[in-house]
Amino acid sequence: MSISIDRVSKQFGNFQALDDVSLEIASGELVALLGPSGCGKTTLLRIIAGLESADAGSIYFSGVDATAVHPRERNVGFVFQHYALFRHMTVFDNVAFGLRMRPRASRPKEAQIKDKVHQLLDLVQLDWLGDRFPSQLSGGQRQRIALARALAVEPQVLLLDEPFGALDAKVRKELRRWLRRLHDELHVSSVFVTHDQEEALEVSDRVVLMNRGRIEQVGTPQTVWEQPASPFVFSFLGQVNRLQGHIEDGSLRIGQGQARIACPELRQAAAQRAGYAFVRPYELELRPAAALGAGDAAGWIAGQVLRVLAAGPLVRLEITPQDATILPQGEVLEVHLGLQAFAAMPLRDADPVQLRPRGGRVFLV
Amino acid sequence: MQTLAAGRPSVAGAARGKSLRVLPGFKLTLAFTLFYLSIIVLIPLSGLFAKTLTLDWQQFVSAVSSPRVMASYRLTFGASLIAALINTVFGLVIAWVLVRYDFFGKKLIDALVDLPFALPTAVAGISLTALLASNGWIGSVLEPYGIALAFNPNGVVIALTFIGLPFVVRTVQPVLEDCEQELEEAAMCLGATPWQSFAHVIFPTIAPALLTGFAMAFARGVGEYGSVIFIAGNMPMVSEITPLIIIGKLEQYDYAGATAVASVLLVASFAMLFVINALQTWQRQRLGASS
Amino acid sequence: MSGQARHPTKRAARAEPAWVRWALLTLALAFVFLFLFFPLAAVFVEAFRKGLDGYVSALAEPEALSAIGLTLLVAVIAVPCNVVFGVSAAWAIAKFEFPGKSALTTLIDLPFSVSPVVAGLVYVLMFGAHGWFGPWLMAHDIKIIFALPGMVLATTFVTFPFVARELLPLMQSQGTDEEQASIVLGATGWQTFWYVTLPNIRWALIYGVILCNARAMGEFGAVSVVSGHIRGQTNTMPLHIEILYNEYQSVAAFAVATLLTLLALVTLVIKSLAEWKFERQLRIAQSLSPERPVSP
Repeated sequence: MSISIDRVSKQFGNFQALDDVSLEIASGELVALLGPSGCGKTTLLRIIAGLESADAGSIYFSGVDATAVHPRERNVGFVFQHYALFRHMTVFDNVAFGLRMRPRASRPKEAQIKDKVHQLLDLVQLDWLGDRFPSQLSGGQRQRIALARALAVEPQVLLLDEPFGALDAKVRKELRRWLRRLHDELHVSSVFVTHDQEEALEVSDRVVLMNRGRIEQVGTPQTVWEQPASPFVFSFLGQVNRLQGHIEDGSLRIGQGQARIACPELRQAAAQRAGYAFVRPYELELRPAAALGAGDAAGWIAGQVLRVLAAGPLVRLEITPQDATILPQGEVLEVHLGLQAFAAMPLRDADPVQLRPRGGRVFLV
Repeated sequence: MQTLAAGRPSVAGAARGKSLRVLPGFKLTLAFTLFYLSIIVLIPLSGLFAKTLTLDWQQFVSAVSSPRVMASYRLTFGASLIAALINTVFGLVIAWVLVRYDFFGKKLIDALVDLPFALPTAVAGISLTALLASNGWIGSVLEPYGIALAFNPNGVVIALTFIGLPFVVRTVQPVLEDCEQELEEAAMCLGATPWQSFAHVIFPTIAPALLTGFAMAFARGVGEYGSVIFIAGNMPMVSEITPLIIIGKLEQYDYAGATAVASVLLVASFAMLFVINALQTWQRQRLGASS
Repeated sequence: MSGQARHPTKRAARAEPAWVRWALLTLALAFVFLFLFFPLAAVFVEAFRKGLDGYVSALAEPEALSAIGLTLLVAVIAVPCNVVFGVSAAWAIAKFEFPGKSALTTLIDLPFSVSPVVAGLVYVLMFGAHGWFGPWLMAHDIKIIFALPGMVLATTFVTFPFVARELLPLMQSQGTDEEQASIVLGATGWQTFWYVTLPNIRWALIYGVILCNARAMGEFGAVSVVSGHIRGQTNTMPLHIEILYNEYQSVAAFAVATLLTLLALVTLVIKSLAEWKFERQLRIAQSLSPERPVSP
């Protein structure tokens, strides 16, 4: 079932949670709503479910206007952030709940319910926990039961609110993979909310980046990573260095030196306008310098190593640039090097270095 | 919830002007709640105020301030105050002991603290009288020393102490339990003596709850009837409580007088309710700020 | 008086020295002994002063029996009404947002701070012979004051907040997540209340009902004002106790008192049970390892 969100807005008191948001979700897609706290992603999810009502705009399910439909009738599956399992019912009764609450006419027989519940518990690989109570389960188990419960009523859409937010890192990774496999098996249109970009990029078919009640960009994980549409997206996804400078002749001159980053698309901008560039840590080329203050070779930025963090899959170097106007107050440049590249030029704290940006996007201030 | 941010077009023809309440039953339960509240509490109470307004001022003042009635105010409010103070001190001790120490019979004592709350006031009244009368277990022990605790204002204070005990204990207990152990440990590491730790770290945290308990015990004492009239002695000008005066006037069909005195008690009740609410709000803010 | 169950805490090092501890403990226990144990024991000792025969014959007296019957009747009417109200009010206040919520909560607490004698007076002023509705009632030969309806009304007033006060904090702390989940899964409002909300508040509700009942059966001041003390007709157990006591039949008075005292003790037992169950659940939830899924 496809979902169409059409110019939805929502205010809470004076706070604009959603501002004229439109989005299309195709049938069978797994979409992530990604953004910082307060960006409106959970509000949007709840509006799709009918747990909140929009102030303006509409929601369509497969072309049918569902805006005024009560959540009970929408046939959506909702998985709450804190699971909301019925604490006084066993796992079995929790999963069976939706089926048992159907009006008598359409309620399946108890034997059929039993089969369906066992099927679902099997699907989430927790069939052996049927008689336990939620308080006896671990966080990850509770999450999977909550999912099984939502799937029991065969919803057309599955909505998950920060499903792995309350779990620790290793469990999250495992459940992420598991969710993706489950989706591939079931093909239910799914929307999930997260503030964890790794999760969104790893699990979803498409990512929706939201900030302050608006959608900043929609695209596949690869697209949003490689072609971020706005400064927000660029700085939200992954790490980024922000280099300050001025526009001169179609490129950004970094700080006071000679290093430049081309920005042909900004040629129209008046010269000397202030600007900045987002450069990824792996886009900064690094070489040791002969000595400190040896002067900038053309196109290179002089700097000094602050710290070398060599424990991990990459070597991370924190560099303080000699030119203090390049970075905002108190910040450092971060450069990532592969282990072999680093081995070729052993650097230590306080060594002088030179950096050259090999790419980067320029924005006007 | 407000609808329609100004100036935004509503696109499809969906219902507006009413926000969807997800959980059902709001209108039904709210309407019934307000209805029942009005019928049982608000309308009858306003009936009393309406009646008060029909009294002429002279009548009212003379009923409310006659010497006998004034004496009863002194007794009722005075004894409640003393009883509430006693309860504040001992209630704190009991709450402290229940929360922080382990001892044989702790669970029993903890349950028993609620006894004055669950026991009928008349039963409390006759039981305390039996204990404190000159031939009772305690009364007989104290009589040779000339201490009489029954049939005089002392008895009133004791009865009100019994009644008010659970209020202080039960308001302080949860706050004491939520007192983070780390705070005391920090104080200890920084060199504070146990007394300093209590005075500067623990006491400020429980002070609002203590005050609330005090106010509740006091408010309860002022209106108390059943547990007091058996032990008080009920002698006019000496050991007569205000509720008894109201009943006396009723028995003489002096509705005006009874209403007048009752309105004084009612105003005191409202004032106490207001104070207690303010204290509870303060307590919530205190705890909210520190957590 | 909140029925909130309390969290079990683990206490380690004590700041205060041992002698302080002993002093406080002794003080607390002495106070509890004097003020709680003695009165409790006194009721039973006095009741059995004339032996078992004296006790039973006091209870078997026709006036005592009719007092017991009347007390039960008043409770059977007043308590369910207050329970329905309590559940209603707790649902409206805990599960929804609306303006005036805290004013409503304060108003519900109102009867708690009003003197019972004033409560009785209030109804006399409304329905008594000289009250607002007095002439109308007399014309239609309906008796409220000095009859059962007045006593029920006065008792309802005085025990008004009890169930609501027990349920409200609990329901507020439980939030609305489970109910929302239930609705999204397709349940109706009644189904949600019956299968999801009610089991979660079960023990608080039981305690609220029992406490409301104990207070209703033990109500003295308010009922004293509206009843007229007509023996055999409008005397509840507390009023009967008063009459017996004033006639120096103290053994009989205490005998009837033991019944109400036993009720009070049952109330305390139920409360302990409710708290024990809650604490047990809390301990289970705290003790399990939070995060490992056993299978991937």
